[in-house]
Amino acid sequence: MLHIPCPHCGLRNETEFHYGAEAGVAYPDPNALTDIEWAKFLHIRANPKGWLAERWVHFAGCGRWFNLWRNTITHEIGPAYLPFTQQPKAPDNIGKEDSKA
Amino acid sequence: MTNTENILAPGTIGRRRAAPLPEQPPQLWKSVTPKKAYDVIIVGGGGHGLATAYYLAKNHGLNNIAVIEKGWLAGGNTARNTTIIRSNYLWDESAAIYEHSLKLWETLEEDLGYEMFFSQRGVLTLAHSVSDVRSKRRNFFANALNGIDSEWLTPEEVKKLVPIINISPDVRYPVHGATYQPRGGIAKHDWVAWGYAKAASDLGVDIIQGTEVTGFDIRNNKVHGVQTSRGSIAADKVGLVAAGHSSILANLAGFSIPIQSRPLQALVSPLLEQVLNTVVMSGAVHVYVSQAHKGELVMGAGTDAFNSYAQRGGFHVIEHQLAAALELFPIFSRAQVLRTWGGIVDIAPDASPIIGLTPVENLFINTGWGTGGFKATPGSGWVMAYTMANGTPHALNQPFALERFLTGHLIDEHGAAGVAH
Repeated sequence: MLHIPCPHCGLRNETEFHYGAEAGVAYPDPNALTDIEWAKFLHIRANPKGWLAERWVHFAGCGRWFNLWRNTITHEIGPAYLPFTQQPKAPDNIGKEDSKA
Repeated sequence: MTNTENILAPGTIGRRRAAPLPEQPPQLWKSVTPKKAYDVIIVGGGGHGLATAYYLAKNHGLNNIAVIEKGWLAGGNTARNTTIIRSNYLWDESAAIYEHSLKLWETLEEDLGYEMFFSQRGVLTLAHSVSDVRSKRRNFFANALNGIDSEWLTPEEVKKLVPIINISPDVRYPVHGATYQPRGGIAKHDWVAWGYAKAASDLGVDIIQGTEVTGFDIRNNKVHGVQTSRGSIAADKVGLVAAGHSSILANLAGFSIPIQSRPLQALVSPLLEQVLNTVVMSGAVHVYVSQAHKGELVMGAGTDAFNSYAQRGGFHVIEHQLAAALELFPIFSRAQVLRTWGGIVDIAPDASPIIGLTPVENLFINTGWGTGGFKATPGSGWVMAYTMANGTPHALNQPFALERFLTGHLIDEHGAAGVAH
């Protein structure tokens, strides 16, 4: 089980959280988009082999959403950060070759 | 083993030892050095990739085909699933393609000339609540309209079919009924892969293992070959059949696909006497179990919540699954877990596969089978071969094109299938 650092509550078990996939996907103006761009916004999320900035919600704790760097090969946990704040750099020691995939 | 014991057919309940597996021939497929060029390259040497190559050769007369596999043949999800075969899906599009696959299964051993212990022992899908009953009965009626064999069983009828199941009403997840597909069943997954590999190799397909595709030769939006860890190989057409790694390959080819890769776990017990000769599935409590030919209980758990390529999952997922399994089958409490493992499954937003053309000309994709790909192996290869040979999808896979995410015509099997897809 992952141990996930909630920015508000500290280190907790993974079973207290729900997953929210890729972080930092801004909600666009639907009227400004082509059908293809809208389909991409709806359905395409990053699925890299390596470091991924992703969303989690601490539903069994503070109930708040936050973002987390996590490595999808090693399950290593990187820094957590709050939405709408400066994103920390990806930890780059492992899985570097595919982190932009 | 005595002769008396030998008479009992596989799957028969009784006091007997499992029948021995037939001897393997020393070599099933030829070892080859990659050629400079092929008509068709299939990226991914799992069941679906091998089946695609086989049907390209057999149905479409192509004889210059290579299957390129990064690891070893059928070492990914083909070797990691729970081998359940059924076609009782809710939506017309799904029912059609899975039923086509089931029909191919029914003659596959004769077709490939290779035994794979295909056993139509029936698949039960349990309902545990009022809403579960409603959705399963809806599924049952939809199957009837699509001509797919399906029955609705009461708890007592379930008990008659599976004597070891607990149908007590005062448990956490009582059995309120079940759909039953008698033609469903299991097969021996390694043998399925070997059967396709042997038959494809006999038809001249080159199976190239231990070779990673690292890029694509794309000019004027048209694919002309692949770059691999053993050099460049030219090809007129390329098919991506790489399950959990499809996103990585699509990105190398310059486009994105709506796939998330997640771990899906399964486990086996040691070899036990035969106690279960039906496949039992429960989407609501994340259990699916069958007893394999040799006697091991094969159980599947749910997917982990997060994206991963690690081929392992959280132990709490296994614990959750086993807790529900023990309530359904109290007799299992004395069995031990021999081994657990995980595979990386490719999940689309509507939990349905993506089969067809890509934004790159002559580059085709077959992915998104998620938690239910094994049963589709023959049908998936068959439609993929048709699509690649003709450059246009077959009617069976037309609805599963990448374009459905643009049109919004999704085939939402999430609710229909639950986790045990």
